Amino acid sequence: MSNITEKSHAELAAAFNKDEPRVDWHDETLWWVRAKRDIAAHKIPEWELLRETASQIKNNVLSNLSGYLEQFEANAIKNGITVHWAADAAEHNKIIHTLLNERGINRMVKSKSMLTEECHLNEYLKEHGVDVIDSDLGERIVQLAGEPPSHIVLPCIHKKKEEIGDIFHEHLGSAKGESDPKILTETARQHLREVFLTRRAALTGVNFAIAETGEIVICTNEGNADMGAHLAEIHIASMGIEKIIPERKHLGVFLRLLTRSATGQPITTYSSHFKKPQQGKEIHIVIVDNGRSIQLGREDFRNSLKCIRCGACMNTCPVYRKSGGHSYHTAIAGPIGSILAPNLDMKKYADLPFASTLCGSCSNVCPVKIDIHDQLYKWRQVIVKEGYSPTAKTIAMKAMAFTLSSPALYRSGGKVARLAFKYAPFAVNNQLNPWYKHREMPKAPEQSFGEWYSKRKEGQQ
Amino acid sequence: MKVALFVPCYVDQFYPKAAIATLELLEKLGVEVHYPKNQTCCGQPMANSGYEHLTTGCNNLFIDNFSGYDYIVCPSGSCTLHIKEHLHSPEKEDQAVSIRKKVYELTEFLIDILKVDHLQARFPYKVGLHQSCHGLRGLRISQMSELVAPAFSKPAQLLDMVQGLELVPLGRQDDCCGFGGTFCVAEEAVSSKMGKDRVDDHIEHGAQYITSADLSCLMHMEGILRRQNSNVKVIHVAEILNHHSHE
Amino acid sequence: MSRDKILAAVKSNQFNRAELPDLEILNTLTATNEPLIQQYTAIASAGGSFVYEVPDLEAIKTILHKEFKPGVKIISGIQGLDDYTFAGDVTHELSHSFADVELTILQSNLGVAENGALWLTETQMNVRVLPFISQHLAVIISKDDLVPTMSQAYAKIGNADYGYGAFISGPSKTADIEQSLVIGAHGPRSLSVFILT
Repeated sequence: MSNITEKSHAELAAAFNKDEPRVDWHDETLWWVRAKRDIAAHKIPEWELLRETASQIKNNVLSNLSGYLEQFEANAIKNGITVHWAADAAEHNKIIHTLLNERGINRMVKSKSMLTEECHLNEYLKEHGVDVIDSDLGERIVQLAGEPPSHIVLPCIHKKKEEIGDIFHEHLGSAKGESDPKILTETARQHLREVFLTRRAALTGVNFAIAETGEIVICTNEGNADMGAHLAEIHIASMGIEKIIPERKHLGVFLRLLTRSATGQPITTYSSHFKKPQQGKEIHIVIVDNGRSIQLGREDFRNSLKCIRCGACMNTCPVYRKSGGHSYHTAIAGPIGSILAPNLDMKKYADLPFASTLCGSCSNVCPVKIDIHDQLYKWRQVIVKEGYSPTAKTIAMKAMAFTLSSPALYRSGGKVARLAFKYAPFAVNNQLNPWYKHREMPKAPEQSFGEWYSKRKEGQQ
Repeated sequence: MKVALFVPCYVDQFYPKAAIATLELLEKLGVEVHYPKNQTCCGQPMANSGYEHLTTGCNNLFIDNFSGYDYIVCPSGSCTLHIKEHLHSPEKEDQAVSIRKKVYELTEFLIDILKVDHLQARFPYKVGLHQSCHGLRGLRISQMSELVAPAFSKPAQLLDMVQGLELVPLGRQDDCCGFGGTFCVAEEAVSSKMGKDRVDDHIEHGAQYITSADLSCLMHMEGILRRQNSNVKVIHVAEILNHHSHE
Repeated sequence: MSRDKILAAVKSNQFNRAELPDLEILNTLTATNEPLIQQYTAIASAGGSFVYEVPDLEAIKTILHKEFKPGVKIISGIQGLDDYTFAGDVTHELSHSFADVELTILQSNLGVAENGALWLTETQMNVRVLPFISQHLAVIISKDDLVPTMSQAYAKIGNADYGYGAFISGPSKTADIEQSLVIGAHGPRSLSVFILT
């Protein structure tokens, strides 16, 4: 589905920035979501304690994940749920296709699941003759547009209502030129209601899987996960191994944080706890690894598995806001995506840890206190060491390091040349220099501080 | 109290006035300041680009220059943070540890160590305070807008002591300016857009000067202001706090 | 087998045991004796719910009669609202047959002041799809069943057994189009909460 190929974040971001009013619109929309998050958080005096508690629960989970997974599986089976295990995306997709195939099902409704985006399930099923309709409004919009979601919580945040109106006019028969969100939502409601009522299979993601009880919790505002799951014969839920939490009472921590961090709402409209299948129906859970166990073994990066997919780091990230989700060319965009993706394919995603100023706002809004910006810094070191950095950059860096290690070389600059900055790109005043495109060079002063200081010292003597 | 002045390389080369102001201000406050003249750079430009393994030379040089002082004071939050977090040396780790504990950004040194509560300074202008990310979220010299915690700001506290100075409020009090070291050229489009938006926030709120405890951010914003032929100027916080003797 | 392979990989890569934090502090911090009705009403109303304080079932009927004309399909999960189809009598019907339900009335015995959420189990729903497929939803709760936060809510749920349960905090909604809030996504277009005082 994705037509974004081998371009880097910088190139894709530059293309996004060709339309400045659109960048402003995107930036302001997401900043507004961040502002709503701030207001919601500030209403909870114990907010920071909640974050710390959530972080500690997740640390515990990661320290005993195998035990919790086994406990979860045993309890889910006891509840009448069938549990499947998928080592990678291909196995995940195959399990789902087999489940559908065995039942002669070739049409499925699906609520939001970033894991299925990561696994490219829709494309796989389409190739195998299964029609999938995404039921989350934002996901349905990008599906009709033939695009991947650009945000994990707000999948079509990059689309203007007029564009959505055009898509709906073309695919769902809404009036030409209609762009009122109320009317477009109603159009989708009618269209998707028919889908819910006619699909025998429903797939959902999982927000939390509780080891103690074997139940899964799914959060939506639209009610689409429930509409799909309750009306279908078979409910398939895809979850990454990291979705486990130990006990039901821990939901009392996570559900307080999740939506406040995501959109500033105190909780989603629906927080649905699926424990047992309905009479005469089936629930299947597919537990997916797809690189997560490897990430667990990377000491510097394992904390990324604490993520509860709230999207707060994207909303606060100035780079995300001003470059758009598609610039990250991976299923999960933004700061969290940039520390998850290199684990899956270091070469393909070597650019992402550099798509940040390391400003640190992401780590501060993270409800489970992932040290996102520190991990970005650490991924940079790994990527360079593994040889995925451009040669020219390596040469420049070596020259710079050499110069800066030597006081004599450093001082030999003089007031015009400022040799130490030969390798600092902003010190070259020409059109080929990216700095100069939108910014003037710093003015070279008469003398450096070092020179001034020496003279002052002489004067004092 | 034996204090070493750590002047970041780009400040030394491009913004000597900020370093001079830092030195004079500290001396005015009765501090004996030494400037180790063989200093160059903290190594951050390489490290943030993924080449921390190339910073051994810089690190050893830094340790040689700055060992044996009670405090090391620097007019840059970013460089201070880099030393605090990343100064290591296989041969001289003890000295590195000691330096990491003694290095202070100027405004935190003034507030936390010197406990400055008044200044003889006058700067009768409207000033916008840019919170540099590394000073803010790394060194925590101000409270971060993301956290549910009491507000404070060491640079603002000092600026409040300056006669005639009016701090303007901002729409986004601590959004990043987009400099980000090599990010500013590697991600030129987003970087300059971020800088432009930051500058606009200050201008819209009537700032005549934009100040900060970090010159790298100011250098970035100055580049944008000058391209726009704006009358708004950037000035390092030390120059304002020292703004009495030379008008 | 992938199961064993995954579990083995996880086991070999997980780090030293980190203990679970104590939740008691949070539970105590958020406990409050202040009247919860006001807090609940303010939050739920902001989330798009209509909240009524009522003395008895008769008062609820009066309000509902104004909103819903005779002839529309109304299902009630509550004994005592005899004007409407009793949900307990239709549990054998296909979930799909509720597609034309205009209003569903259910009873909750757990509401959360901090977020307006109401806890409903499958037993209280009678049919899982009912509170979702219905065009409108009404939930009745006693004022004594409100708790301050989710901490107390889960303490109250404890280790109760259920097939399915959900916190519902308002009408179905979406803001996916340019962050404009639209009420009535796939589920109920309205949620009326009746607090029995």
